[in-house]
Amino acid sequence: MAKQEQVSLTGNEAVAYAFKQARPHVASAFPITPQTEMMHKFADFVANGEVDTEMILVESEHSAMSAAVGAAAAGARVITATSSAGFALMWEIVYVAASLRLPICMALVNRALSGNINIHCDHSDAMGGRDAGWIHLFCESAQEAYDNALMAFRIGEHPDVRLPVMINYDGFIISHTADSLRMLSADDAWKFVGPYKAAYSVLDTENPITVGPLDLTDYYFEHKVGEIEAHKRAFDVVRAVSAQYGALSGRGYDFFESYRLDDAEIAIVLMGSTAGTAKDVVDAHREKGVKAGLLKLRLFRPFPAAELAKALAGKKAVGVMDRAASFGAWGGPLFTEVRSALYGADRQPPVLNWIYGLGGRDCDLRQIDSVLERLADAARGKSGETVNLLGVRL
Amino acid sequence: MAGKMVEIRWHGRGGQGAKTAAIFLAEAVLDRGKYSQGFPEYGPERRGAPMRGYTRIADEPIRRHCGIESPDIVIILDPTLLESAAAGVTAGSRDDTVYLVNTAEQPANIRRRLGLANGKVFTVDATQIALDCFGRSIPNMPMVGALLAATQLLPLDDMKSSLSERFKSKFSQAVIDGNLAAVERAYKEMVRE
Repeated sequence: MAKQEQVSLTGNEAVAYAFKQARPHVASAFPITPQTEMMHKFADFVANGEVDTEMILVESEHSAMSAAVGAAAAGARVITATSSAGFALMWEIVYVAASLRLPICMALVNRALSGNINIHCDHSDAMGGRDAGWIHLFCESAQEAYDNALMAFRIGEHPDVRLPVMINYDGFIISHTADSLRMLSADDAWKFVGPYKAAYSVLDTENPITVGPLDLTDYYFEHKVGEIEAHKRAFDVVRAVSAQYGALSGRGYDFFESYRLDDAEIAIVLMGSTAGTAKDVVDAHREKGVKAGLLKLRLFRPFPAAELAKALAGKKAVGVMDRAASFGAWGGPLFTEVRSALYGADRQPPVLNWIYGLGGRDCDLRQIDSVLERLADAARGKSGETVNLLGVRL
Repeated sequence: MAGKMVEIRWHGRGGQGAKTAAIFLAEAVLDRGKYSQGFPEYGPERRGAPMRGYTRIADEPIRRHCGIESPDIVIILDPTLLESAAAGVTAGSRDDTVYLVNTAEQPANIRRRLGLANGKVFTVDATQIALDCFGRSIPNMPMVGALLAATQLLPLDDMKSSLSERFKSKFSQAVIDGNLAAVERAYKEMVRE
């Protein structure tokens, strides 16, 4: 295992270091709110000559993603970062990046969308881009944000995948909180990430290619199938890259983390920083003799439905916590997917949903406690609402 | 305080350095090989508006990512927040919660003003110390000095070396020296009940 330094960094700083260690050729960013300190820190690295990256400052987020697409089509390793409304403004080109199979790595600091105006954490921004064709990784802590940011390059750039990757971490809760983490040396990180050689480049005049042409009823569908198939192949790549990173760092990752889940009778499923809080609450319930567990999803796209169904098979009750609302839908986006994955599966458990933490509403120990209490009731056969709200003033 | 997580809630007004202190204390603790979190309650960052900061300290990695509802220690950087409903300085306090208040008043007065029957109350005139030592009414670092006197979370010398090291890229040596002097004086002048 590699020797690592114990450091205190915010999530933004941690990701900036990971991106520096991956030595991207190009970084594009819109240098105004809601840009994050992550890109601010990275721009410092560029200005100080600590990383040899072409820093392109553009006039909007739409342009930031456009510049990223252009640079990646030329064969560059490209990073960018955004948040909230900035991501919403990128939206058109976010799809293009995946369609053109360009392995751009983007830090998405998860924050609420307007309106009303709010700067705090929820997953609404990411959920707006969930169908765009990117790989989505979600992080519990600054450590995971750092680790996932390094692994993102290997996953996205893998010849079997060639898709852009979003590293999601919770706004303020992770992005702005000083946290303890272990960081690889620059040499070890570089040995792991390695140089990037794009399969194609628009600048390669010896081997001319066409990028992003008109693609109508004749082949558009087949090209979409290419994206669908790449997502399927990504599972094996995520696993292989994560295993290699685990051997290097001592921190193993999979599609999801199962925390005290194997023998659990009731289980929570969620993504992001609330997982850490939930672990403390699960421990407290375990001390009381309640068999509680947690499934923390790391890989949201592609969605590991079969593995998830297997891990939750036979539970007496499962509670999915969504940090986003899907207006008019029956429950939050994670809930509908988890429940769908379990439908018809072996020993299918009842699945309940809680929408929580919108606009940064603190999700404290008591809220998660109430979820586990309710799941315990459901496990005993007590009926109630399937879709619920958590921590709302009513 | 080994083996147990210590949760600290800072109450100040925008501009008094509660955020800086909450994060700095977390970093100083990390420099001694412990685990920590330091974060503010983010909102509109207006000078003079009540705000909160949070510090967690533990021997083991800290997993929870939520605000601190039931603090072990409450640090109040501005005595005008004592009776402020908006600040809610006593919210979630327990019988053993420790209060450290920036004021020239005696702890017994503060206890009365907060309506506390239990817990411990410490005071220090951090604003005066800050004005004397570095000429600005930013009481955050002297409050850190007083906190160490009240709780022995860290040896004073360890905290001073973290302060010198971590502030040297951001501040002049004169500012750092003034803060070091303020920390030391607050450590000595902290008032017990």
